[in-house]
Amino acid sequence: MKIGIPRAFLYYKYRHLWENFLDGLEIETVISPETNREILLRGTNVAIDETCLSSKIYLGHVDWLKDRCDAILIPRISGMGSAGTVCTKFQAIYDIVINTYRNDEIRIVHYNIDDGFSENEMLAFLKLGKALHKKKSQCMWAYLVAKQAQNAATLMEEKELQQLLDGSKDKMKFLMVAHRYNLFDRYLGEPVLDILKGMGIVPLIADYANSREALRRSENISKSLPWAFNKELVGSIDMLRDRVDGIVLMSTFPCGPDSLVHDVLIRRIKDKPILSLVLDDQESKAGLETRLESFVDIVTMRKKMHHLDGGFIWNDTM
Amino acid sequence: MERYHVTFPHIGNYCIPIETFFRNGLNTEYVIPPPVTRRTLELGSKYSPDYVCAPFKYCLGNYIESIEAGADTLVQTGGACRLGYYGELHEQILQDLGYKVRFVNVDMRGRLKAVNYYNAFKEINPEISVQQIAMILPTVFKMVECIDEAEDYIRRNIGFEKKQGIMNSLHEQYLQDFRGLDNVKAVREKHAAFMKNLQAVEIEKPSNPLKIGIIGEYYTIMEPFSNHFLEKELAEMGIVIDRWMNFTHSLLKKSKNKIRRSIRAYARYDMGATSMSTIAKALDYAKSGYDGIIHVKSFGCTPETDAIPVLLNIHKDYKIPILYLSFDTQTSETGIKTRLEAFYDMIIMIRKDKKQHERVSRT
Repeated sequence: MKIGIPRAFLYYKYRHLWENFLDGLEIETVISPETNREILLRGTNVAIDETCLSSKIYLGHVDWLKDRCDAILIPRISGMGSAGTVCTKFQAIYDIVINTYRNDEIRIVHYNIDDGFSENEMLAFLKLGKALHKKKSQCMWAYLVAKQAQNAATLMEEKELQQLLDGSKDKMKFLMVAHRYNLFDRYLGEPVLDILKGMGIVPLIADYANSREALRRSENISKSLPWAFNKELVGSIDMLRDRVDGIVLMSTFPCGPDSLVHDVLIRRIKDKPILSLVLDDQESKAGLETRLESFVDIVTMRKKMHHLDGGFIWNDTM
Repeated sequence: MERYHVTFPHIGNYCIPIETFFRNGLNTEYVIPPPVTRRTLELGSKYSPDYVCAPFKYCLGNYIESIEAGADTLVQTGGACRLGYYGELHEQILQDLGYKVRFVNVDMRGRLKAVNYYNAFKEINPEISVQQIAMILPTVFKMVECIDEAEDYIRRNIGFEKKQGIMNSLHEQYLQDFRGLDNVKAVREKHAAFMKNLQAVEIEKPSNPLKIGIIGEYYTIMEPFSNHFLEKELAEMGIVIDRWMNFTHSLLKKSKNKIRRSIRAYARYDMGATSMSTIAKALDYAKSGYDGIIHVKSFGCTPETDAIPVLLNIHKDYKIPILYLSFDTQTSETGIKTRLEAFYDMIIMIRKDKKQHERVSRT
């Protein structure tokens, strides 16, 4: 049996957990390739017009996988317990895929985390293992190993962030505030990261910050924020804003949570320049470059003024 | 002591029970927001983020116009989708615009919703008594139920009035009469009298009229301005309209488990916010032989767009036509009209085909 994993959405958050769990069950996995034009086109063909670009990409990956494996892993998550809720997209994605591909004989394996029971990730994985006809003891072992791997990877990310913060003292640093599935996507976020790196800027991944602390500190910026993934990002701004030169907000059109959260951030964070990028499938690379370059110019200029006037804060919003 | 002037954004005709609640339950003045107009939407969208859903913009417009009308305390409740975060951004925008008002946001986090509401009420008026709130609630709920029942009847029959406009004027008078009532008995009596008058209005209804069910997103489906008076438009074409979504069904008589069971064949899990009732009602309309379904939502509404793949399957299985309308600040009146007319022509054609088919099969 071969299980396909779409390289989109929560894959970027839980890849180690999923891959190691299936590996522990001795199941072969296929991971769809990095997003490319073909995958995006597949996605836009099957998705409803108005859905967000990220979910079109997700469906594109599912579409790519559907003839290349025996079953596709599509988890359904409706909440992160005490951390907060999630966008309804993650609640619905399982049924969206089922309904979109009702006539193609594709098999879907899934695990479900209901809001009230979100702390019981383990139970959900044991159920998944049972559906794959594996022994309970093997599933338990596989889950524990996978969880360890996921935790280790998270620690490495925190360390990497720390090293970048400490190691590049005289370089310009931007905090990249975006969902992982947008930021690390070859088609969406990676071009942005590449352009910035090409200009000698150190992009810091906001989502690498310690999630427990970020969740707690998000209240310093926004009190009633319901979505866990957004809370982590907002909290990391509170943790790191003093150590970066600029903040880049990135979302895909028309992301529900980001449409509100980014406006709140722009209105409340006045001490750092903010660039807000909304990506759609029309974006040309030249346009993106121009916007990033002019933002870098503004930040550079501001740094110089700050330097000359000895602490003068140019209180202007971008 | 000076009384607070509270306001809450418009949604359908519910400003009347809401007013009763604030006046009699919380001892505050209530400012009914000025009717939603083009200006409301323009004000709202001017200060809102670009691609936020339209209800956000309408609410913001309502707040600004209510402040102009004298409100000093604005209330926002939460919801299961983006609505859950509306309040904080509304407050921030109004603050940035320089309005000096209190903003009370019902915090929807945590499981004990009743406690959250109580805390919010306490914030609105620190001197509230639980007893007073408990006394007025049955009246408020009864009002909501009565308004919903009356509007249900009107939707089914207003397209067939012999002399047009009578039902509308009766309805307006009825809503006016509701203001100031403070006990269940009075509400019930007023309602009974109104229903009697309403049923006495002469109608000419064919034995088998065209029937359309309306489903969709919470705000856009209930606030007539935001859906370009869709129901009125359809009624003028002589169609029986059914709409399940209202406060009675969504807030007072919840039946989430029943709904989930009924659509088990199409959706295994809760797909979020109103998507479940949208799917359940679509299935219901399809099974009970409606001529068509209209799905309304504001542009970019995630739960409702996620329901569309399911609706497409229902359409395939039951061969019921579904029209998808998406409203935002730019939607043109003519565009909507044209699409409705085309939809009307289509369902009439399907009707004729069916009749012919029946005749042929009989002979």
